[in-house]
Amino acid sequence: MPAPRTLFDKIWDSHLVDRQDDGTCLIYIDRHLVHEVTSPQAFEGLRMTGRTVRRPEATLAVPDHNVPTSGRAQGIDDEESRIQVEQLSKNCDEFGVPLFGMDDVRQGVVHIIGPEQGFTLPGMTIVCGDSHTATHGAFGSLAFGIGTSEVEHVLATQTLIQKPAKNMRITVEGKLPVGVTAKDMVLAIIGKIGTAGGTGYVIEYAGEAIRDLSMEGRMTVCNMSIEGGARAGLIAPDEKTFEYIMGRPMAPKAGAWEQALAYWKTLPSDEGATYDKEIVLKAADIEPQVTWGTSPEDVIPVSAAIPGPDAAPDENKRSAIERSLDYMGLTAGTPISEVPIDTVFIGSCTNGRIEDLREVAAVAKGRKVAENVRAMIVPGSGLVKNQAEEEGLDQIFIEAGFDWREPGCSMCLAMNADKLAPGERCASTSNRNFEGRQGRGGRTHLVSPGMAAAAAVTGRITDVRELS
Amino acid sequence: MDKFDKLTATAAPLPLVNIDTDMIIPKQFLKTIKRTGLSEGLFYELRTDEQGNAKDFVLDEPAYKDAQILVTGDNFGCGSSREHAPWALLDAGIRCIIAPSFADIFYNNCFKNGILPIALPQEQVDLLMDDAGRGSNAVITVDLEKQEITGPDGGTVSFEIDAFRKHCLMNGLDDIGLTMAKGEKIDSFEERRKLSQPWA
Ligand code: SF4
Repeated sequence: MPAPRTLFDKIWDSHLVDRQDDGTCLIYIDRHLVHEVTSPQAFEGLRMTGRTVRRPEATLAVPDHNVPTSGRAQGIDDEESRIQVEQLSKNCDEFGVPLFGMDDVRQGVVHIIGPEQGFTLPGMTIVCGDSHTATHGAFGSLAFGIGTSEVEHVLATQTLIQKPAKNMRITVEGKLPVGVTAKDMVLAIIGKIGTAGGTGYVIEYAGEAIRDLSMEGRMTVCNMSIEGGARAGLIAPDEKTFEYIMGRPMAPKAGAWEQALAYWKTLPSDEGATYDKEIVLKAADIEPQVTWGTSPEDVIPVSAAIPGPDAAPDENKRSAIERSLDYMGLTAGTPISEVPIDTVFIGSCTNGRIEDLREVAAVAKGRKVAENVRAMIVPGSGLVKNQAEEEGLDQIFIEAGFDWREPGCSMCLAMNADKLAPGERCASTSNRNFEGRQGRGGRTHLVSPGMAAAAAVTGRITDVRELS
Repeated sequence: MDKFDKLTATAAPLPLVNIDTDMIIPKQFLKTIKRTGLSEGLFYELRTDEQGNAKDFVLDEPAYKDAQILVTGDNFGCGSSREHAPWALLDAGIRCIIAPSFADIFYNNCFKNGILPIALPQEQVDLLMDDAGRGSNAVITVDLEKQEITGPDGGTVSFEIDAFRKHCLMNGLDDIGLTMAKGEKIDSFEERRKLSQPWA
């Protein structure tokens, strides 16, 4: 009998094109997503060497990082942003790569549109010049971020030079308490393993609490694998996965569907497969989470107080905490739920999908955004936006005083006009609370969509469970 | 890509942990469609205040103006995959980075640009950090062939590196060219897949 293999091992083995004696592998890439910020230099490289795109039909491009989220009909004001978006269109034209342009209803954040279109499928290798590519791992595909040189490599050869990663399994046992979401789960995981805990590993998420998540919740978990240091996060495909994919525009149809389904069912890790590292969490222990510092590992339950340097295990960590508290303008020992906020950002590839917006609407309905709070909702794609409007969610948001915008990355990285002013404090559903991430001097608290909505209506960090 | 074999240069200390790629080069510098000229944005927010005036920053001190080696903290290069980070470092003349650990994507991106990232145990990085603190006397030699670092006092430390990556770096090899030479293998892989997974 062949040795039991993990989901990762199976995908890896089935994509091996070549293996050198020193263990360096050439692996085949099934799907390549492209956006405007990390691709121009790659296309330029092809042009300079006279190379072409090997499989344009396995490639999909979309502008998302730079696009404005209001007044889009007027085009992009910022000249550099506009050039970058226009350059993407030119490159796609020249190299025959399919593109969802800014005026296409299918446009949106690159990691939202892949699954939405059925471009993302189980068992595949998927890459993008973007570290949150791990999102697609929710479908049981090996999906990871790459640099621009590798983008060029994939465009030209449809392969990548890689060494296999190590296997880690994170099992979340039992059921999540009411009011606790996928976002809280992944923040709690990062709090436990640290931002470098997953370096060198591919993480497989398993256990009842993971299986119980919807596909959208699974995407939220896999999305933030990189914040735990792992290039990829995976969840075994199951009936929920297949149901989600069926009928999507780029999903296999008819006979091919049956054939694909039979294959996908062979993907989950074999009984007895071994992992290089195992972590187990109990879902019942997880509370709504809030970050207090400038690294995603600086996370605490909403009921807790902000830690101080004394909590640090060593000198490096101690000075990091001091630096974070200083940047965040916080005092150790303050309960996090007493921290007032100025801004709320709801959106991003972590939490910009329809279920996230429903969570927000459930809190916003019949309430008002607190005075002095600016609250912005940016749907993950044009299709998410349409769906929300069909359900009447936009009306709830607008009545409550939220700003309802066009799809894009927006204030997740503040490359367009949506950004924090120095010192401004934001409850954000995005994935990075780095210094300056949402605007120079801006202060970010990462939370779930429900928690962000709760902060919007009370004007401070609030346990969403108190509002239901 | 420039070859990397042996480098003798000033090493600059940057003793912070978890330096992310947003910190190495913030987003406003990502709007370029070129690979060059990015040193302008390198560590921009550590280097300038909110009005754009220069703050004290190690790479701007006279002793470190010509530094080509950076000694820094754990988990260097975490966060965004932006290759603008190594491009900016390279544009500022940095060819080698020494830290207790690196984030995966950044580590990989370095090799594509002729930068050598060296991971060493914390105690050894601490010693090199002290060496790097000596200003214009902080000259270190990094010998890739021998996989050895020589400090200002002549003490040596050896380091690990993947053999294939070393080979590519020492010879300045272009990955795409290497892979293109395996075109037939890619062709036959695609042929097989067309039969077994026609939907892919
Ligand atoms: S939403 Fe944020 S994290 Fe996601 S792709 Fe856009 S910028 Fe990156």
